[in-house]
Amino acid sequence: MSVAKRIIPCLDVNDGRVVKGVNFVELKDAGDPVEIAKKYNEEGADELTFLDITASSDNRGLLFDIVEKVAKQIFIPLTVGGGVRSCEDIRNLLNAGADKVGINTSAILNPDLIAESTSRFGSQAIVVAIDAKKVDDHWEVFTHGGRNTTGINAVSWAKKMAKLGAGELLITSMDRDGTKKGFDNELMKLISDVVEVPIIASGGVGILQHFVDGVIDGEADAVLAASIFHYGEFTIQEAKQYMAKNNIEVRL
Amino acid sequence: MIAIIDYGIGNLRSVHNAVSFISPKTKSIVTSDPDVVDNADRVIFPGQGAMPDCILQLEKRGLKESVIEAAKQKPFLGICLGLQMLFEKSEEGNVSGFGLLPGTVKRFQLNKNERIKIPHMGWNKVHLSNPHPMWNKIDSDSRFYFVHSFYAEVTNKSLEMATSSHGEKFTCAIAKDNIFAVQFHPEKSSELGLQLLKNFISWNI
Repeated sequence: MSVAKRIIPCLDVNDGRVVKGVNFVELKDAGDPVEIAKKYNEEGADELTFLDITASSDNRGLLFDIVEKVAKQIFIPLTVGGGVRSCEDIRNLLNAGADKVGINTSAILNPDLIAESTSRFGSQAIVVAIDAKKVDDHWEVFTHGGRNTTGINAVSWAKKMAKLGAGELLITSMDRDGTKKGFDNELMKLISDVVEVPIIASGGVGILQHFVDGVIDGEADAVLAASIFHYGEFTIQEAKQYMAKNNIEVRL
Repeated sequence: MIAIIDYGIGNLRSVHNAVSFISPKTKSIVTSDPDVVDNADRVIFPGQGAMPDCILQLEKRGLKESVIEAAKQKPFLGICLGLQMLFEKSEEGNVSGFGLLPGTVKRFQLNKNERIKIPHMGWNKVHLSNPHPMWNKIDSDSRFYFVHSFYAEVTNKSLEMATSSHGEKFTCAIAKDNIFAVQFHPEKSSELGLQLLKNFISWNI
């Protein structure tokens, strides 16, 4: 008996609406955020992640509306990320009803934000998202959807973020994202081995076996996916049943 | 009226949202006003963050006495850090808690036999150790959502209402008279969590 491996569907938010698209193009309205959140909750999602991809900062406030609405009706943990820059941003999201806030680029620009925010809101509230790409024989942290490298080694960065207080790490392989070839489990395992905190594997799920591989080979504590659920290829319940059949503890 | 204690840390909105959702007619107030706590029929003491900060913030707001008084008399639900605060002392910052329950708050230890992550985060099984009205319609070994690095080691096992396991077995629910406290988050544990909160609203001590 131990803590279940989590399945987390990720929803993209653009200008206050949940959207789905392929590689951020051809965004289509995917419907009412509360309805989608409800559906995932009923299917057994262990948490929900909202990623704000709104380009214009004028429309960022619309995200709060979604978080507030969802938090009033869905009682599982909500993580919200995208464009978070300051403790003020974090506080606003927590006040709107988020349980955890994801920080990505800002952690690179200002690592002190992690120490400051975790001491203020608690480690449980801060998820550091790391976008990594393989360069020669190692992985580097990238920003802007994998376009810009930082030259930072992803494994040392993960260690540093955990040390500064991050309660959890969301690791996305930019090589695998959108490919449906499965998580980069070599990277997941390298990071999982050197940090005490849970890691969430992301990027590349195409079939249900990939969830199993992420947990067994990648040693991930949670697995995150977007398109596989949005397009109705598989339900969360199917993913969980499949994992359970493969002797992985899940909440059914 | 239910007072939800606000000492300035963490997301208390979710507890308020959950209570409003299951019982729209029940008045619940997120408050840091000692008078509101004194006048409440029931008190929920949720907690996130670290115990030393919690004590500091309670004292700063003049809330500590009211919370302790409530825990001695009224139906009182402690959640997460709200459970840990009831004990005598904590390894976290080596501070004293309210001392209403016998035991110490300890940190999970990494061990060689079973690989664990700290914080203990996610849905784990809650094994009921003793019957209690708060367990109404909740089966043993159901999963609830946890997120914590510390747990309370209760010395009087008759107070233990449930256990869970993370590398080692630990107490995750305790009860004494008007107090019921859980280490997991009912407000984030979907249907069964809401059931527990319903049970609290109708619990007659």
